[in-house]
Amino acid sequence: NPPAQTKKALKQRFLKLLPCCRPKSIPSLSESKCFFLPLYSVEDEFELSTVCHRPEGLEQLQEQTKFTRKELQVLYRGFKNECPSGIVNEENFKQIYSQFFPQGDSSTYATFLFNAFDTDHDGSVSFEDFVSGLSIILRGTIDDRLNWAFNLYDLNKDGCITKEEMLDIMKSIYDMMGKYTYPAMREEAPREHVENFFQKMDRNKDGVVTIEEFLESCQKDENIMRSMQLFDNVI
Amino acid sequence: MAAGVAAWLPFARAAAIGWMPVANCPMPLAPTEKNKRQDELIILNVSGRRFQTWRTTLERYPDTLLGSTEKEFFFNEDTKEYFFDRDPEVFRCILNFYRTGKLHYPRYECISAYDEELAFYGILPEIIGDCCYEEYKDRKRENAERLMDDNDSENNQEGSMPSLSFRQTMWRAFENPHTSTLALVFYYVTGFFIAVSVITNVVETVPCGTVPGNKELPCGERYAVAFFCLDTACVMIFTVEYLLRLFAAPSRYRFIRSVMSIIDVVAIMPYYIGLVMTNNEDVSGAFVTLRVFRVFRIFKFSRHSQGLRILGYTLKSCASELGFLLFSLTMAIIIFATVMFYAEKGSSASKFTSIPASFWYTIVTMTTLGYGDMVPKTIAGKIFGSICSLSGVLVIALPVPVIVSNFSRIYHQNQRADKRRAQKKARLARIRVAKTGSSNAYLQSKRNGLLNEALELTGSTEDEQHMTKGTSLIESQHHHLLHCLEKTTGLSYLVDDPLLSVRTSTIKNHEFIDEQLFEQNCMESSMQNYPSSRSPSLSSHHGLTTSCCSRRNKKTTHLPNSSVPATRLRSMQELSTIHIQCSEQPSLTTSRSSLNMKSDDGLRPNCKTAQITTAIISIPTPPALTPEGESQPPPGSPGHSTNISSTTTSNIVKVSAL
Repeated sequence: NPPAQTKKALKQRFLKLLPCCRPKSIPSLSESKCFFLPLYSVEDEFELSTVCHRPEGLEQLQEQTKFTRKELQVLYRGFKNECPSGIVNEENFKQIYSQFFPQGDSSTYATFLFNAFDTDHDGSVSFEDFVSGLSIILRGTIDDRLNWAFNLYDLNKDGCITKEEMLDIMKSIYDMMGKYTYPAMREEAPREHVENFFQKMDRNKDGVVTIEEFLESCQKDENIMRSMQLFDNVI
Repeated sequence: MAAGVAAWLPFARAAAIGWMPVANCPMPLAPTEKNKRQDELIILNVSGRRFQTWRTTLERYPDTLLGSTEKEFFFNEDTKEYFFDRDPEVFRCILNFYRTGKLHYPRYECISAYDEELAFYGILPEIIGDCCYEEYKDRKRENAERLMDDNDSENNQEGSMPSLSFRQTMWRAFENPHTSTLALVFYYVTGFFIAVSVITNVVETVPCGTVPGNKELPCGERYAVAFFCLDTACVMIFTVEYLLRLFAAPSRYRFIRSVMSIIDVVAIMPYYIGLVMTNNEDVSGAFVTLRVFRVFRIFKFSRHSQGLRILGYTLKSCASELGFLLFSLTMAIIIFATVMFYAEKGSSASKFTSIPASFWYTIVTMTTLGYGDMVPKTIAGKIFGSICSLSGVLVIALPVPVIVSNFSRIYHQNQRADKRRAQKKARLARIRVAKTGSSNAYLQSKRNGLLNEALELTGSTEDEQHMTKGTSLIESQHHHLLHCLEKTTGLSYLVDDPLLSVRTSTIKNHEFIDEQLFEQNCMESSMQNYPSSRSPSLSSHHGLTTSCCSRRNKKTTHLPNSSVPATRLRSMQELSTIHIQCSEQPSLTTSRSSLNMKSDDGLRPNCKTAQITTAIISIPTPPALTPEGESQPPPGSPGHSTNISSTTTSNIVKVSAL
């Protein structure tokens, strides 16, 4: 048992090093490529060069987002602690998120989240992406938040949610609960939930939910409006 | 929760906004931070060295001393810092654990000191990171061996042993000849007779003068009767010894299968077979062969010599290296024999008549013996012959150091154990001399004073119903998050499965747990904070185990079961925090925690938990107990601690000693 476990742990750690150090181009703003000593010789398959991504200064972030200076500091400290290289890639993201839902499989939902945060679609979430997403969710207006949620559901970003997309989302949410639930999860539960959702949201019954329909239906629903403000004091 | 992950909890909660539009039911309210303070730096003063860190860093592990309100007990109002009178070197590692989530074990640190510190701060050593875990386990094992050795030798010297049955006494006498004079006598007698038997076997074959008829006779045939009598005597002694051992063995089946008993049997069998068989011409050849087995008697010496036993054990443990050696040698022999045969085929009168015949040459050459009875004559043969001898040296030199180092390691281990045992007596005597005097009495009275104070305090805390313990903010926030998920899907986590229960039961359990923690902390701190000596009192201090097991109090630390109700035990499973840790380090839960718990079952968990639960130990019988009266503290708990350790083995990694 132990040899297998340690090998697996070694492999995971190795892989963890790897993606944060992809020599791909890093997006936007003030990036500084710091090449630390390559840890392995060239004969090895991978040439590791750690890349640092530094976010813009506090002042710019303060302007761009609605967080205070102190909040940004706290956020960055937590962010940097988990991702010393300054960017989160999908694997890492999934791993972090899965630690909050140990008994279910949160990887699919984490992928959707990742895509929602990764606004420039470059495969990694930098601190700016992270903080701008959070700013909308925690400090934005209700409409902003609803917009963000819509963006999350709209997997292919074409402006409308189809039943298949919604089904994927729903399945991923149910997956997070895991197997041991009461009452036991039925196979049709996600589908029924989706039907429910479309009945509520799809005004013109054309099988897709557009942003206007979504906003309209949500604004009419008391529960949803209230729950949107649930996390105001998270930071 | 793990280091960085707690910092991401706000993100996870914010991301939950994705569930809101699809939820069917209304969401539960979020927990509010009662006094939302900005993150502040706190100062930890450890024996004069000041460490500073954010408050939230420490709160990442709410089950530990630093992460919970337990540290408030160490808060120094005057200097506005937390003062710990502990080792600052080890504290560095512990603080780094909070910062990085990984606990390292420094090599220069003594293992028991380190364990004590970990226990003090409420950190389980299973958390030690992969990088340092091997080292830690090795040191731990060495220490455990040392402890076991010491315990064994103490056991052996115990005057008041529980009376063993006759059979058990005999077995002990056989296994350890130093236990009694009779055993020693037996030991030497058997040794003498083994020597006599071996020598007679050898002398039997020496030519012993001539007999009329010009034939040289070996002594064995000349003095046949004498040798026969000697042989009979030896065999009888061996038989009696074997039967006695068989009788005394605790597990006869296992004894029969053991190597030593097989050697015994093989040593005496030829004699009996020879008795049974008459001078039948046909089988006398076989009979002669049987006599060869008499030489196995010399192996009986291994009971008398530890070195021999170690050698045997080494060979057994190096079986794979030996096998490899044999295999490579065989390969080389076959190759070279073939080559030599074909090389020498041409020369006339060559001794290399066939490949098997060349085996002999190859073996003799590779082992650099070089008898010279077979020598290559052709040039090619000589060239290959020299290559053969050179490679022989290499092939044999490779596995041998492995075997040697194995032997050396085991041998030295044994030597160390013997040396320790020899030195220990002298050390103990010296210590005893130093201890007699006022200091000893002072310590005793102080301990008794502490116990009295504890008992007094027990009465008061038991009355307190109101515990102002809340769950940590992070935990309540995390619960709220999971609760929201439940509401979104309309499902709920199963309450019965202890690993997964999330809802109100955990809150209740949490309170319950913390209540107990609080009580214990109360006790512990009360015991710690009492400064100087108290009323001198009577009593033996044998029941008091505040000096923790790791300081190796005596045997009497076998504390029987407490009356702590079972419900408390179950509630000890801190559920939500547990299953977070569960997923975070899955390898730990399966391999380490269970392994660690199992292997150290007797020793470590009992000690650790016993240290913290010593306070509880005195509690169960407080009403009856008056502080001055019996300072016979009732034997308290660790049925309790063993229960705890057993619950902790069930796939749960806790970051606290509880």
